[in-house]
Amino acid sequence: MATGDHISKQYDQQLEDMRSRVLQMGGLVESQLRAALDAFENVDIEAAQAVVDADKRVNEQEVELDRMVNHLIARRQPTAGDLRMITGVSKATTDLERAGDEATKIARAAKWLRDKGGGYRMNRIPDIRGSGNIASNMLRGALDAFARMDVLAAASIIRDDQGVDDRFKAILRQLITFMMEDARTISAAIDTIWVAKAIERIGDHAKNIAETVIFIAEGTDVRHVSVDELPRAPDGQA
Amino acid sequence: MASEGAAAAAARTKLSVRNLNFYYGKFHALKNVNLDIPERKVTAFIGPSGCGKSTLLRVFNRMYALYPEQRAEGEVKIEGENLLTTKDDVALIRARIGMIFQKPTPFPISIYDNIAFGVKLFERLPRGAMDERVEWALRKAALWNEVKSKLGQSGTSLSGGQQQRLCIARGIAIRPEVILFDEPCSALDPISTAKIEELIEELKADYTVAIVTHNMQQAARVSDFTAYMYLGEMIEFGETDQIFVKPRKKETEDYITGRFG
Repeated sequence: MATGDHISKQYDQQLEDMRSRVLQMGGLVESQLRAALDAFENVDIEAAQAVVDADKRVNEQEVELDRMVNHLIARRQPTAGDLRMITGVSKATTDLERAGDEATKIARAAKWLRDKGGGYRMNRIPDIRGSGNIASNMLRGALDAFARMDVLAAASIIRDDQGVDDRFKAILRQLITFMMEDARTISAAIDTIWVAKAIERIGDHAKNIAETVIFIAEGTDVRHVSVDELPRAPDGQA
Repeated sequence: MASEGAAAAAARTKLSVRNLNFYYGKFHALKNVNLDIPERKVTAFIGPSGCGKSTLLRVFNRMYALYPEQRAEGEVKIEGENLLTTKDDVALIRARIGMIFQKPTPFPISIYDNIAFGVKLFERLPRGAMDERVEWALRKAALWNEVKSKLGQSGTSLSGGQQQRLCIARGIAIRPEVILFDEPCSALDPISTAKIEELIEELKADYTVAIVTHNMQQAARVSDFTAYMYLGEMIEFGETDQIFVKPRKKETEDYITGRFG
């Protein structure tokens, strides 16, 4: 991908501002996710409400980034690497906003659990915390890969997504077991399924961002290729 | 270096350039250019001032033959025949390969005669057939409706955009195979420019088109294939989609993204 400054310093600055804002938005979503997972695990209503309230800031970032994208396309007629960066940012922004929404759902589930009393062991299923951590690390990794335009790191994130999907299935099995043992847990178990699903979705969004990084850096669309066809380091390690 | 553009191989080649070198006196203006220009497609030539794109265009119809200190070496083949060494009258070459210039060049005679002039050099047509040819050419150039009631008026009485379309009609009337455009819209306003670009889009159904332009967005809009040149060399040639989304060479990317400086 081309490096080096444009003749127009203003254009350089605008692109840099756009990239920074993506990372800013990403950091915000990351902290939303961590806070939401904690709030759910501890059934902490105040913390949960703080996450729900902060989603407004995530949405504001989305609006601003889309405005920047349209502005750059209209004014600069970007081509090649610049074009891929700008359209890539547009996609990544959508994925981050959706991930932010999913984090908010996790926070809301804390309130539902509290309102239903009992069933507090649902929120402490180890796999929830486990898959939550994986999704959070994937998101962090995807944003790092974006910052450095690191194709190999991005490919590694895409491979990780399988682990999140597997965890989701394991959580489902456990919750079904709870529900079969004791019908009074059904309501809380269903709320917990939404949380597990939200985590799985966040993993998907992180994967999408990683795919976008590869497209920006190399111009290759890996969205529907098999895992074996992703870029690999020469020694075979991802 | 082997000629680039595997995609161009899928289209038939109209003009084949091999090991082309061109000199203005001692100055080596085109360096070992290799290129296949696809038939009935639009090929755009882009690059900074002095890169040789206009020089290359003028080699295609032997404009340099007018100037003794200019010389070309190598091959430019059309249908297997090397234009640079052919014994054919150079005017015949220019009938097959026409050129439209940056500044419209209507003759100071009537619109009708502007078109008929070139035709008369190569064909004997009775009046009726000539009328038909003139109308056909003006229709093809999207000018007929604007001038049909004033064919007797001077070509120079038309607006800039109309004059340029008159030049295009004049070029088409003698039924060329290739039409060369050297910055055809540089002197025109945006609406005239858009009309000429639309016309180029239609012309490629029947003619092979090569266009030199310093306006990259124009190259991106009108062309099927794009060639990037720098300091007399062909740096990269490929499908326009590929060049503008994922160019292979850093030099190409630097130029089209405005990092050139």
